[in-house]
Amino acid sequence: MKKKLALLLCAIMVTGMVSACGSAGTDAPATDNAAETTADADGEDTADVVTDEAGAEGKQLVVQVGPDPETIDPALNSAIDGANMIIHSFETLLIMDENTEIQPGQAESWECSEDGLTWTFHLREGLKWSDGTPLTANDFVYSWKRVCDPEVAAPYAETVLGMVKGFDEATSGDLDALGVSAPDDLTFVVELSQSCPYFESLAAFATLSPVQQATVEANGDAWATAAETYVSNGSFYITEWVPGSHITMSKNPNYWNADAIKLGSIKFVLMEDSNAAYSAYQTGEVMMIKDVPTEEIPSLEGNSEFHVEPIIGTYYVSLNDEKEPFTDVKVRKALSLAIDREYVAGTLMQGTYSPAYNFMGPGWVDPAGGYFMDNANGGEAYISSDYEANLEEAKKLMEEAGYPNGEGLPTLTYSTNDMGYHKVVAEYLQQAWAELGVNLNVEVVEWSSFTPLRRAGDYEISRNGWVGDYSDPSNMLELMYSTNGNNDGKYNNAEFDAAIELSRSTMDTAERSAALHEAEDIMMEDAACIPIAYYNDFWLQSDKITGMWHSPYGYWYFMYADIAE
Amino acid sequence: MDMCKYIAKRLLLAAVTIWAVATITFFLMNMVPGGPFLSEKAISPKAQAALEAKYGLDKPLMEQYRTYIVDALHGDFGDSLKQRGRTVMAIITSKFPVSARIGGLAVLVSLLLGIPLGCVAALNRGKWIDNVVSVFTTCGIAVPSFVICTMLMYFLGVRLKWLPTFGLTNWKNYIMPVISLALYPTSYIMRLMRSSMLDVLGQDYMRTARAKGLAQFMRIFKHALRNAILPVVTYVGPMMAYTLTGSFVVEKIFTIPGLGSEFVGSITNRDYTVIMGTTIFLATLLILMNVLVDIVYKIVDPRIKLK
Repeated sequence: MKKKLALLLCAIMVTGMVSACGSAGTDAPATDNAAETTADADGEDTADVVTDEAGAEGKQLVVQVGPDPETIDPALNSAIDGANMIIHSFETLLIMDENTEIQPGQAESWECSEDGLTWTFHLREGLKWSDGTPLTANDFVYSWKRVCDPEVAAPYAETVLGMVKGFDEATSGDLDALGVSAPDDLTFVVELSQSCPYFESLAAFATLSPVQQATVEANGDAWATAAETYVSNGSFYITEWVPGSHITMSKNPNYWNADAIKLGSIKFVLMEDSNAAYSAYQTGEVMMIKDVPTEEIPSLEGNSEFHVEPIIGTYYVSLNDEKEPFTDVKVRKALSLAIDREYVAGTLMQGTYSPAYNFMGPGWVDPAGGYFMDNANGGEAYISSDYEANLEEAKKLMEEAGYPNGEGLPTLTYSTNDMGYHKVVAEYLQQAWAELGVNLNVEVVEWSSFTPLRRAGDYEISRNGWVGDYSDPSNMLELMYSTNGNNDGKYNNAEFDAAIELSRSTMDTAERSAALHEAEDIMMEDAACIPIAYYNDFWLQSDKITGMWHSPYGYWYFMYADIAE
Repeated sequence: MDMCKYIAKRLLLAAVTIWAVATITFFLMNMVPGGPFLSEKAISPKAQAALEAKYGLDKPLMEQYRTYIVDALHGDFGDSLKQRGRTVMAIITSKFPVSARIGGLAVLVSLLLGIPLGCVAALNRGKWIDNVVSVFTTCGIAVPSFVICTMLMYFLGVRLKWLPTFGLTNWKNYIMPVISLALYPTSYIMRLMRSSMLDVLGQDYMRTARAKGLAQFMRIFKHALRNAILPVVTYVGPMMAYTLTGSFVVEKIFTIPGLGSEFVGSITNRDYTVIMGTTIFLATLLILMNVLVDIVYKIVDPRIKLK
């Protein structure tokens, strides 16, 4: 009897375990099968020629460009992780090449009317979806309207389509009011309510990728969550997606430029942890990783596999202009001048950032041609790189503002979240501003609470940053516009607003460029915010990878890549 | 008969507990600042309003609560607010099996190693094998899992290249995560087993058994083990619930698409529906495991009355 009971006990324990394991097998056949079918594609040598389940042969490139994207529905995406997937599987009317110049994409040619209000795009002949069905101008009409659909609630709707005629009606539910039409299968016409000098950049923006109506309508929001329903029109199409594990894309034979594609497939490993990524890179399981552990950086300098390239964006500090003592421009300027940017970017941030002496860094394109930064302030940086001299001036400014050596100044609070170099920068600011007699308190706030706090102006000084969506300078300068939703510093200067308004309305590129430069002049003179450093992307990549490029938008383009033997 | 009545009672109580957990979680998470649609870049107020309307977040909190509970009772746990297009159910049913497979193996390993080794240590008290076990258990309990994971990854993955560093494609992938997950419970079970075994061995009835001339094997298996295992059973219930639902750290380091990362991720993302779904799921599992423990208790020790 007792023996039986002992056995029963064991049996119960074991069945408990086994049933847990067993249910794993039955509940998720998709995950299981998927994992097994690619088992042989997962060998040690990533350059091996493999056959994936779609039967497409060719080289497989394994890369890590970020964790699991929240969404890869072009209309819903607002993150770089998602955009990196979308640019490989979809193609917009126009595309960006390796020099960030606009090139024909799905549209072979395009023109804009004299008044700048009507844009006509002529599609290539014989365009197809990845499932082989034809793609026409009507697909663009559907997709662009979908971005405005309040039921879809696309986060970037206003950014990319706000200037299109009928946008307000469309976002209120009358989709057909949107000024987009397809006179024939190969012509797509967009009518704007106000001119938009950088509309070409928007036509190349991932949000405006065409999506297949039939698929979206049959599957709802879920269409973009499974490989089977993710029909696309780009150079690659998704053949497998295991959330939290990997996304595998195969060459799309129906892509108009398929002959130029050399890889058979790309496997995006969805890693979150930089140390895990680094381990996988060292073993050769992954040939390129975006997340390099910062503690490894000193040992990687000078290594040909370690790359650092600028992206359009600036790490800056917001001062709450509505609160004392930041109402005084002298205090703001003094705080800005007391920072040794070379030291912050080069030493504290280990050279993964570049010192920012302007607000608008490298990569922003001047509407009048060339790079915006090269023409800013007559080609000279707004803030001198001579730290010693700056510090002297800062002390003088504090005196003029009535706070000699910080006397009479209350203890100030710097709010930041804890990620990357944020705390290091906070500690540096404590030190640097102590030179001016400023007592700085550092308040570390959890990420999800940090954004609302900053937006509500519930802070004195806070970390801030912006990475551009497209390379037109308005994308970042608009942040300082008085009513902009991202104007966290509550900066308000009528002259600045006037310059921005002029840049929005004029079609004359020289005038527009001048207006944008004037706007930067004004905000830098006012120390509307304190630029600290320009963002860079830094990554590790095997020298065997050829033909890929990284854009200042923070995207990696692997579609034309190859792996050298 | 008693057993059936008992189980029915416990399940009824479980329903009340789960409701309480759901309610507290619902209001707590709504009290925390932040929201699912806040990102570093502010989206236009119109888009924000459209999103909130789509997911019913524009309604008064009480109404949201009522809607949620009613839907949940119908088995609808809603859509993820962050992973657009995925339902909470789909997330749990696709990710739990992955965690459960690794966790199940870890539980199995910890029981198969922990119970016998704990007994062996107790029977050889003070001898070398006891010392080895006690060093092992101290390390296993004291060293945090991220250290174990990182060391395994470094030595077995990067240096020796014996095991793959990510993915779940063949059996080799399971070794490192299972070891990392199993180490703590194995050590804990060994300790529990050892001390409760020592306790039992000193009891009068054990002395009696010995005096009667029962063979050592019989004494240990028929008399000692059954009494000594009770504390382990108590521990294994909740431990199973936690281990089967995955570990954030282990999943992150080995890139395992399991449920563990959803618990943490959903909270930092303020993905309300996923927070609710995973919490209710874990609570349910915990309660079920505890009921199971009670039943096992009754079987092991018939003197225990289930009330």
